[in-house]
Amino acid sequence: MNTPKKTLVVIGNGMVGHHFLTSLVNSPIKETYHIVTFCEEPRAAYDRVHLSAFFSGQTADDLSLVEPGFFEQHGITLHIGDKAAQINREEQTVLSDKGVLIHYDTLVLATGSFPFVPPVPGHDRPECLVYRTIEDLEAIATVAQKSKVGVVVGGGLLGLEAAKALHDLGLKTHVVEFAPRLMAVQLDEAGGAMLRHKIEHLGVTVHTGKNTQLITDGEHCFNKMCFADGEELETDLILFSAGIRPRDDIARACGLEVGPRGGIVIDNQCKTSDANIYAIGECALWNGMIYGLVAPGYAMARTVVADLASQPASFTGADMSTKLKLMGVDVASIGDAHAKSQGALTYTYQNGDLEVYKRIVVSADKKQLLGAVLVGDASGYSTLLQYCLNGIELPEHPDTLILPSRSDESGGLGPDALPLSAQICSCYDVSKGDICQAIEAGCSTVGELKACTKAGSGCGGCAALVKSVLNSELTKQGVTVNTDLCEHFAYTRQDLFTLIKVEKITTFDDLIEKHGHGLGCDICKPTVASILASNWNDFVLKPDLAPLQDSNDAFLANIQKDGTYSVVPRIAGGEISPDMLITLGQVGKKYQLYTKITGGQRVDLFGARVEQLPLIWKDLIDAGFESGHAYGKSLRTVKSCVGSNWCRYGVDDSVGLAIELENRYKGLRSPHKIKFAVSGCTRECAEAQGKDVGIIATEHGWSLYVCGNGGMKPRHADLFATHLDKETLIKYIDRFLSFYIRTADRLQRTSVWMENMEGGLDYLKSVIIEDNLGLCEQLEEQMQHVVDTYQCEWKTTIEDESKLKRFKHFINSDQADDNIVFIEERGQLRPAETKDQKHFKLVEVA
Amino acid sequence: MSHWQTICEVDALQANSGVCALVEGQQVAVFYMPKSQSVFALHNYDPFAKANVLSRGIIGDLKGEPIVASPVYKQHFNLKTGCCLEDETVKIPAYSVRIDQSHVQINLDYD
Repeated sequence: MNTPKKTLVVIGNGMVGHHFLTSLVNSPIKETYHIVTFCEEPRAAYDRVHLSAFFSGQTADDLSLVEPGFFEQHGITLHIGDKAAQINREEQTVLSDKGVLIHYDTLVLATGSFPFVPPVPGHDRPECLVYRTIEDLEAIATVAQKSKVGVVVGGGLLGLEAAKALHDLGLKTHVVEFAPRLMAVQLDEAGGAMLRHKIEHLGVTVHTGKNTQLITDGEHCFNKMCFADGEELETDLILFSAGIRPRDDIARACGLEVGPRGGIVIDNQCKTSDANIYAIGECALWNGMIYGLVAPGYAMARTVVADLASQPASFTGADMSTKLKLMGVDVASIGDAHAKSQGALTYTYQNGDLEVYKRIVVSADKKQLLGAVLVGDASGYSTLLQYCLNGIELPEHPDTLILPSRSDESGGLGPDALPLSAQICSCYDVSKGDICQAIEAGCSTVGELKACTKAGSGCGGCAALVKSVLNSELTKQGVTVNTDLCEHFAYTRQDLFTLIKVEKITTFDDLIEKHGHGLGCDICKPTVASILASNWNDFVLKPDLAPLQDSNDAFLANIQKDGTYSVVPRIAGGEISPDMLITLGQVGKKYQLYTKITGGQRVDLFGARVEQLPLIWKDLIDAGFESGHAYGKSLRTVKSCVGSNWCRYGVDDSVGLAIELENRYKGLRSPHKIKFAVSGCTRECAEAQGKDVGIIATEHGWSLYVCGNGGMKPRHADLFATHLDKETLIKYIDRFLSFYIRTADRLQRTSVWMENMEGGLDYLKSVIIEDNLGLCEQLEEQMQHVVDTYQCEWKTTIEDESKLKRFKHFINSDQADDNIVFIEERGQLRPAETKDQKHFKLVEVA
Repeated sequence: MSHWQTICEVDALQANSGVCALVEGQQVAVFYMPKSQSVFALHNYDPFAKANVLSRGIIGDLKGEPIVASPVYKQHFNLKTGCCLEDETVKIPAYSVRIDQSHVQINLDYD
C-alpha cells in the first residue's frame, strides 16, 4: 500500500544540518519523507572547521561538503539563500524570507550559532569583523588588503585559528584574551604558557588578562583599542572570536523552551518542548550545555535519524577532548584537563628545550586516567584518549605514559587492549566491536572495512588505528598478512616496479635471476610483463616477452569460453564514419563473426578462430582501423556524449577531448583495465563519474573526477580538480595514471587503490597537484615515453612473418579445431553447447 | 612397447610456451623450456573450459613442479603428470616427449 509521504523540514544547511541529511538518506525511513531544507547562506554546506584553508588557496568549492548532485539524487528540495523566518507550531508551517510557506510533519532546527561580539563602544566600526562564514572571510581579505596590523579578540581555539589566518595574510598579528591564559577552557596554566611561548616565537604577540573597553580612531592605524588597565593597542583590523551564541531566535519567537542564557532546550532524543520539532548542533542546549564542536552535533544528527526510524537512541553528552594543530603547534586536551575531580593526582612533564608540555590527571587510586593536556607533542593523544574513554586500567607508573620513551619499548596501547565498545571512528561512530564484526564477516583490507563500516572515511584521523585493529584481528584468525606477489618473488608489485625502473631491467629472466627464484607462474609473469610495458613499452610479442603475456595479450584478442577469440578495433571516443561502420559489417560478414555493440561505444566481433585473427586484422588495418587493446590490462575506451557540436545543452566538445585522450593513452599497460569518459555538460550523459577517469565540461573549464567504477562494486568517482584548461587537465591525468601504475597492486582497479590509500583523496591531491613527493616530473616523463613509443600491436604483428607463426591452431597441420562448433540464434552464430544439439541445427563453418 | 614418432623440429616450438600438434587425430600440447632443454606434452583439452586451449597457457613452476595454467579459468596442471592442482579428481593425459637431435618426438602410449 502506498501511504502519502510526510514532510520533513530542516532549517539550516551547515555542517550538522547536512550531516543529518546524509545520515537520513542512508536510512530506510527516508522513503517516508518528502525532505525540504532551508539554507540561509548563498551556498550549501561547507567545512567550517577548515575555514582558514580558504586563505591558503582553497576555494568555496573545495570546502564544500555536498557530493555533486546530492540534493537532486535524493529528491531533497533545497531553498538556498533563503532564510526560514517563522515557525507556526499550530499550523505546523515554516515561512521563509522569500515567502516560501511549507507545511511540516517533522521539523529539525540546525540553525547553528553566531559569533559573540562584546558590546564595547566601537565594536561596529567598519574594520571590526567576525570569522564564521565564507562571506566573513571575503570581508577579512578585503579589509586586510589595506591593513598592516590585525588583532584577534579571543585566545581560544577559534581565535588562534583566526590569528593564523591574519598572520598568513601578512598582517602584524596580535591576540587579545580576557582570561589570564590562552585556551583557558582546554589548557592549564603551564600548558597555556608553553603555547603562548611557541606562538609568540612565530611572530604573533599575545596579550592576556586584557579587558577591552573602547574601540576608537587610531593615530597610526584605523583603530585603537583601549583596555581597562589603561593600556592601548593600535590596529587596523579587529576580528572578534570571543565565543559563540546559539541562534535560537526563530525558536524563541514560536515559544519553544530556551535556556536562560540561550539555546533551544532538547531532551536525550534531541526533541524540543514541541514533540514535532528537534534541534541539533550548536543551537541546541542539552543538559545545560551548548556543544561548540562538530562531533557532538553529528552525534545529535544521528540520534534524530534513529529516533525517526523508531530505533532506540539517545544523545547523552559528548566527550569534548580535542586535538589540533594551531599555527603549527600540536595542542590536545582530554577530559578533566584542570584536575577538578575529587582527589585527582597530576603528573607533569616539561621539556624547555623542545618546548613540550604534557600533563595527565589521574584518579586518586591511580587506576584511571581522568584528563590530559599536551602542547608541542600530541602524539600520545590517541592512546591517552582510549585510556580515558574506556576506563582502561593504567600501568603501575602512570607517568610512563608521558615520559619520553628512550628504549624500544612502545608506550602505545595496542589494539588488543581496547574493549569492543571503544569508539575508533568518531565521525561515523564506529566501535572496535563493529570493526571486528566486519572482519569476521570477511573484510580483510582497510578499503573493505571502510566500505563496510564507514570507519576512517570521515576525517581519516583513525585510519592508522583501524589498520592496527585489522592486522591484530587477522593475526588472531591465523591469517598471516603476506604481501609477496607469489612464491617466486618476495616483493609486492610496487617493489618490483621500483626494482625494474631503477635497475633498468628489461627481461623477466633478468629480474627473476636477480630478485626471485624458480621459473615463474601465471601470477608473476603477466605482472612483470605489464610493468615492463609500462616502463619500456616494447612490443608485447617480442620473443622474450610473449611467453609472459596473459591469455588475451598473448594472442592480442579476447579468449572466449570455447577457445575462439573476439576482436575489438579502436573507435576512439565512439566516433565512427558510415564507411568505417560498413567495413566492420563487411569483415563481420566475411568471417561469420557474431557482432555486438559494447558498453564502451565500440563493436565486438566474436567467434574468430586463432588462425583467422591475422586475416581479420589485415582487412581491418587496410581499412584504417587499429588495435583497440580490449585484450590488455590497459586503457580501454574513452566514452563520450555528443557534446557541444550537436547537443542543445553541450558546454564543450566532449567528443573532441575524448578522441584526443584516447589517442594519447591508447596502449598504456597498467595494473588493471582503465576506462575514461567525457561528458559535455553536467547532465553527464557519458556517465563519467563511474569511470577511473571522468571529465565533465563546465562553463569554467573541465572538472576532473577520479577512481570511479561501475561493475561488481560500483564507486562514485571523487571530484579531484575543477576549472581546468585542457593542458592542466592532461598534465594531471598523466601524473595520476603514472602514479597509479607505479603504486597499485596487481589487478587493483583505481577505485580499490583509492579506498586503500592512506590519506585518501587529500593525499592523492597533494601528490598530483601540489607535488609533495617531488615526483611529478618523473610521472610526466614516464607517461610521455609511453605516448611517444605507441605502436599498433596488430600492425606490427601482421607485418612480421615470424610473429604470425603463433597464430595457428596446429604446428603440423592446417586443419581447424573440430571442437569449435557454432549454432545459429537470432540470425547470428554462437558457440554450441551439448544441450543445444537437440534443438538447433549445427552449422559448419568453413 | 614404446612407439616414438617425430612431430616437428625444435625450432617449430615456442620458447617458454606451448604449441599444439595433431598426432594420430589427437590434439597434443607441447611445452618447451629451452634453458633446461625440457619438453612436456599433455592433451590439449581443458576439461574445465571444455575447449582445446591448454597449449596457449602460461607455463612455469609451483613448489618446484612444472605447470601450465589454463588460459580460460586458470586451473594449474602438472606438466609431468597431467594432475590438476586445484582438483585432485581431475587428471589429463600426459605423454612422453623428447628431443632427439633436432626432432621433437612423442610417444602416445600412456598408462
